[in-house]
Amino acid sequence: MIEYKGEMKMEITEKILEFFKKEKKVKELDIDTDLFAAGYVNSLFALQAVLFLEKAFKIKIPRKEINKENFSSVRKMADLVERIKG
Amino acid sequence: MAREEKIKCLVFDLDGTVWHGVLSEGGGSELRPHVRELIKTLDSRGIIMSIASKNDGEAALAHLESFGLGEYFLCPNISWQPKSESIKAIAEELGIKLGSIAFIDDNEFERDEVSFALPDVRVYDAAEIGEISERPEFNPVFITEDAKHRREMYIADIGRKKAEQSYAGSADEFLLTLGMHLELAPVTEDDLKRVYELTVRTHQLNSTGYTYDYDELRALIGSENHIFLIASLRDRYGDSGKVGLLLIEKGEKYRIKLLIVSCRVMSRGIGTALLTCAIRLAAYDGKKLEAEFKETEHNRIMYITYKMAGFDEISEKDDELLLEYAENDMPNYANYLDVDEIKEK
Repeated sequence: MIEYKGEMKMEITEKILEFFKKEKKVKELDIDTDLFAAGYVNSLFALQAVLFLEKAFKIKIPRKEINKENFSSVRKMADLVERIKG
Repeated sequence: MAREEKIKCLVFDLDGTVWHGVLSEGGGSELRPHVRELIKTLDSRGIIMSIASKNDGEAALAHLESFGLGEYFLCPNISWQPKSESIKAIAEELGIKLGSIAFIDDNEFERDEVSFALPDVRVYDAAEIGEISERPEFNPVFITEDAKHRREMYIADIGRKKAEQSYAGSADEFLLTLGMHLELAPVTEDDLKRVYELTVRTHQLNSTGYTYDYDELRALIGSENHIFLIASLRDRYGDSGKVGLLLIEKGEKYRIKLLIVSCRVMSRGIGTALLTCAIRLAAYDGKKLEAEFKETEHNRIMYITYKMAGFDEISEKDDELLLEYAENDMPNYANYLDVDEIKEK
């Protein structure tokens, strides 16, 4: 069960990473890079990220979870998705 | 659902609605009465028109052209799919929500199909075509300069959207190619009709949904205690007109009462730019910045815009939230926007 969850998490992370690499045209991106600080993400793009996560993972992100912190790295976004998917 | 909400786009059926008879069976030689008049009237009011017709696309469009009416219809959807699907596609292409769309058809089956699949769309029988322009939902309170050019603006939008879809780079890079210029200026007497129109037309990108009557708006222009700005946008595809509003109440803190961005320019960073402006104005004055936010069915995007611009929720009462800018920096405008910022009123 735990293993299964770990696998799912990897898939989620991979999918988000691919989205950012594709959108931002970067070859390498660390999942812990602070996307705001690195200048990869501005507030308009963060908005697109919210919509992307909701569509890609068929979730609705609750109001309280929408903040810069949760979207500041690929890892944090994956954590968020996992938390919502339960 | 408030049915007095104004119609932004009327979708026409063709056979038996725009012209007599069925084009593919040799009909269509004459327009039905009132049709030309209705089209011209709605166009002058800034109401967009489109087509959902089961027909051969090329022949039908050429036939409309022969009546000199081709240019009035945007995003015509002529195919054999259910009309509800056509209307959905039109709504998406134009960026107009279904509740602001109307459909007119002589065929009861088609009307029922649309009503059933898309209950928000208002449906009219072609027999009513003579009276439609009298109905309140087809009568904007004011006809503004922006309304007169609305069709051209939508055409520019469609060009932009096509360019975006075929653009190979990232979303930000695409915005850079637009060469957008945003001007922020104090609202003047001449802007009042457009200001009013924006407050009643905008649902998705409206932070509070407050509406003000004409006199209240006029009073805000002269007010010492408010900053009231209107945003105009143009780019290489054309002039998008006046697309945003920002109303700040000046007190111990600065408080945003109204932030509105026309849905036509969604995803071009205008909401964020207006927030950046508000943050900068408050900082120039050494004040903290708060924002009122009232959650509605449609304005979630605006909430996300606030949060991603660095605002935190500080209190909540019923559906009314108070947000506060939580960072201390002085943000700059995005690099894809060239902004003319008005510092002093």
